[in-house]
Amino acid sequence: MWTRDRRTRGDWIFDNLNVIGMLLICFVTLYPIWYVLVNSFNEGKDAMTGGNIYWIPRDFSLENYTTVFKNAGIMTAMGITISKTLIGTVIHVFFTAMVAYAFSRRELIFRNGYMIFGTVTLFFNGGLIPTYLWFRDLGLLDTFGMYIYPAMFSFFDLIIFVAFFREIPEGLEEAAKIDGANDFSIFVRIVLPVSLPVVATIALFHGVWQWNDYFTGVLYTSSEYLQPIQTFLYRVIAQSSSNQIVGATGGAINRTVTGQSIKLATMVITTLPIVLAYPFLQKYFVKGLMIGSLKG
Amino acid sequence: MEPNAEIQIPMQKPMNRKRGNTNLFRRLYGQRYLQIMALLGVAWMIVFNYIPMYGIRLAFKEYIGVGDIANAPWVGWTHFQAIFEDDLMLGVIKNTLGISLLKLIIGFPLPIIFALFLNELRSLRFNRIVQTISYLPHFLSWVILGGILITWLSDVGVINDALMGLGIIHEPIYYLAEPKYFWSIAIASDIWKEFGWSAIIYIAAIASISPELYEAATIDGAGRFQKMWLVTLPCIKGTISILFILAIGNVLNSNFDQILVLKNQVNESASGVIDTYVYEIGIKMGRFSYSTAVNLVKGIIALFLLLLANSLTKRMNQSSLF
Repeated sequence: MWTRDRRTRGDWIFDNLNVIGMLLICFVTLYPIWYVLVNSFNEGKDAMTGGNIYWIPRDFSLENYTTVFKNAGIMTAMGITISKTLIGTVIHVFFTAMVAYAFSRRELIFRNGYMIFGTVTLFFNGGLIPTYLWFRDLGLLDTFGMYIYPAMFSFFDLIIFVAFFREIPEGLEEAAKIDGANDFSIFVRIVLPVSLPVVATIALFHGVWQWNDYFTGVLYTSSEYLQPIQTFLYRVIAQSSSNQIVGATGGAINRTVTGQSIKLATMVITTLPIVLAYPFLQKYFVKGLMIGSLKG
Repeated sequence: MEPNAEIQIPMQKPMNRKRGNTNLFRRLYGQRYLQIMALLGVAWMIVFNYIPMYGIRLAFKEYIGVGDIANAPWVGWTHFQAIFEDDLMLGVIKNTLGISLLKLIIGFPLPIIFALFLNELRSLRFNRIVQTISYLPHFLSWVILGGILITWLSDVGVINDALMGLGIIHEPIYYLAEPKYFWSIAIASDIWKEFGWSAIIYIAAIASISPELYEAATIDGAGRFQKMWLVTLPCIKGTISILFILAIGNVLNSNFDQILVLKNQVNESASGVIDTYVYEIGIKMGRFSYSTAVNLVKGIIALFLLLLANSLTKRMNQSSLF
């Protein structure tokens, strides 16, 4: 009340315009997502012939979704995405944190050398072609490992881990050392459990990246049994390779689903896990970005 | 600092030079677990970062895609000379710089303005809700966003529907099939996706400004806009310059994930950027050596731009990246 009394007329106008502006921004951000959702629940043929659907489904139908869930190709791609996200994230976080723990210990001999060695990788890289050819020579093409090994480690994430590990009181590690534990078991049993916030942050970022990455699949796999859902969608959307979608509809002409409606339903299923997990994970990514931006 | 220094003195025993090496090995052995953990990281970097870097020698060789790169003949600067004779190169550079610079000019100030106005909201709860919503698109993949855009911009899509309903146009426009619209689509969709996320750092920087500064400004009779301009902006100047340096370093990196989704054969003349060009001539046409040379030149110019921006901002104010 106190603050409201001090508001001038100009302040009042400013505040209201500001709120209206912000509401407009929220609308512009959310509406395209809503549009996809609504259309994915509408009968495909009706959506195609009856004009645009803007607010609520005109002819509600679950058939787009049942078709997607019955489709073996889409489900395989979904399985690849889920497994590469889970496996890739666990390995990335564990491996990067382990190296970071070693790098964070001041008594590590050659520590400065290791840090310089890593910092170089932030500024230089081989680029698309040499990397592609090297992975080809390694035999990674058309393997599931392609999604895991090259993404196991990131020096940028290491810097964030190191900043966090530095804050852990040394007394914790000393006690374990007296008990005769080696550095690896100190890392696993003591350091990792107390570092949950930073582990969650890095896991979230890497998980989202794994989930959303489509280019690795485009570049390194030609097998449709290895393509993640994002790569499948890329091939359907950008290259409009309709034969994948025709395959998805099962070639059934009497059905009411269309290529477009299947596409929208797949897009919703692909995005749903991120949108659902999003509010719970929000506190972690803001924190993580702060650490990253201060140290990076 | 002082009490620690005293304790550490007796630990630094003068080392016998003859025994220095054995001592080093003994110390290394003593921390063997730590060393193994560190060396696993080093080994990963050698395999996945350094060996590909060594592969850049491809740019000076003639490699046709089969066999060992080491056996391919050296051709010197041939591929670099070819860049200057490449007719497509000019258009690709124009698109890269055009899209990136416009993204920078329009997209860089927007998150700052958004953060400033967000800071003026009276309800903290509403502030949080707006923030949460504005971050969301950052977590959607470009494939999904590309799918939405292609649907909206099609001849029967939302945009044509709305514009024809309002009587602004009478014939549907195939937006993604006409090169002249491509830059606008790329820039607008990128801003839509990232402006909320980019604002996080500014929001945090603004949150750390001491409230006393605002109180003092209020006593001096400053209005809302004056406080924004004279208190908030100067306080986040350092953050702005660091992000600006990073943005300059990225000017040659067009958003590859985005462009690749929105690009098609019809809008090629406006959508081909250096990154997609390298991908297309390298991977699709198999001109491995030439595309490596193009990418190398790009990388060197990008590094130069980063250093340039860094020294410029260092001169203008005290904050810099390194």
